[in-house]
Amino acid sequence: MMDFEIINSYIPRFLEAFRLTITIGWLGIALAFVVGIVVAFVQHFHVPVLTAIAKVYIELFRNTPLLVQLFFIYFGLPKIGFQISAEVCGVVGLGLLGGSYMAESIRSGLEAIPPSQTESAVSLGMTKPQLFWNVILPQAFTISLPAIMANVIFLLKETSVFSAISLMDLMFTAKDLIGLYYNTTECLFMLVVSYTIMLLPVSLVGRLAEKKVRYRMFGD
Amino acid sequence: MGFEVLLKGQNMARLIEGLGVALRISAISVSVSIFLGIVLGVVMTSKNPVVRFVSAVYLEIVRIMPQMVLLFLVFFGATKALGLRIEAEFASILVFSFWGTAEMADLVRGAVKSIPVIQYESSEALGLSRLQTYVYVILPQVVRRLIPLSINLITRMIKTTSLVMMIGIVEVLKVGQQIIEANRKSSPNAAFAVFATIFVLYFFACWPFSCLSKYLEKKWEN
Repeated sequence: MMDFEIINSYIPRFLEAFRLTITIGWLGIALAFVVGIVVAFVQHFHVPVLTAIAKVYIELFRNTPLLVQLFFIYFGLPKIGFQISAEVCGVVGLGLLGGSYMAESIRSGLEAIPPSQTESAVSLGMTKPQLFWNVILPQAFTISLPAIMANVIFLLKETSVFSAISLMDLMFTAKDLIGLYYNTTECLFMLVVSYTIMLLPVSLVGRLAEKKVRYRMFGD
Repeated sequence: MGFEVLLKGQNMARLIEGLGVALRISAISVSVSIFLGIVLGVVMTSKNPVVRFVSAVYLEIVRIMPQMVLLFLVFFGATKALGLRIEAEFASILVFSFWGTAEMADLVRGAVKSIPVIQYESSEALGLSRLQTYVYVILPQVVRRLIPLSINLITRMIKTTSLVMMIGIVEVLKVGQQIIEANRKSSPNAAFAVFATIFVLYFFACWPFSCLSKYLEKKWEN
């Protein structure tokens, strides 16, 4: 069975890996959020040219795996002169993948606002920016929130492929330790515990948010 | 940029063959997932507290555990704990079906739950039997809601199977690495061409499904 002395001795290495995974994960999610907002706004306001680019970007990144994107960015792009570190690659890769998902979620929130809202705001004499910031955006954000939370969970889970670009994340550490000492059970246990600590709170908060939104929108 | 490497020998064919391995694993896993997911999804609509608790735990595990971790658990864990030597491909099918079944079951449950009570009540008022209600009223609506979502699950499955290279299955990424290694001297920039090609290959494997799913969802909206 499990040897807790071994687990104890592994804790520092897993803590370090945990810190790295979570740092890159949340930085990537922050980037994804920024990219998502920009792209969703571009689409919502039908900015010429940029709307077409946004569409291609979303389709490209939603229909390819993160692993393939990371390989392309990390191993492919340096060959044509774009060299970046593994850490930056992780953040950028997650940010680009996540951006395409966030953009779709935010855009569908914006689209879900009924025209009567816009019409009422206009008839009340609101200016366009007032209408957008005070009427559309708060409601759109509320509607998008469950989807955004689902994206956050999805992106945090996606961090598990970072070891492929030799980042010393949780997966890398587990694999490394298994290879060195063959304490498979203990390493896998630590892996599961680490990801549970990382994701369970987010999952619970996501569920709570979903309930609140449902309550506000449907009253049940 | 190294694109000449793809024209050499059988390289392009090998890449496509590698993608075929990933697609085969996805096809098997997604079939198992859809079948088991429908069964489980219907079971999960039950009010039995034990069923609800067990299915909630199962869904939560799948919701928070990365597929990569599940893959490691089965591939390395089962070997160690049970002394079984599991083929990597079998392990991946097992894991992706475990994941996909939960996703599918959740979709089924959501689709069944989304049918408002009034539909059942109206059917009863019209004198339809329980069986008739399900066959003529509920099921057609559930299926319309489910088909786009299941197609979406196919694209997610295809994307997820790219992970199998991490447990040593020779699929498209691994073949790509081999090609880059083999041509290190003659085309030092092959990495760009090869990974760009794999990117495009994956895109064309998933994109048609995404389009179909979006099209059906629009078409069947209400």
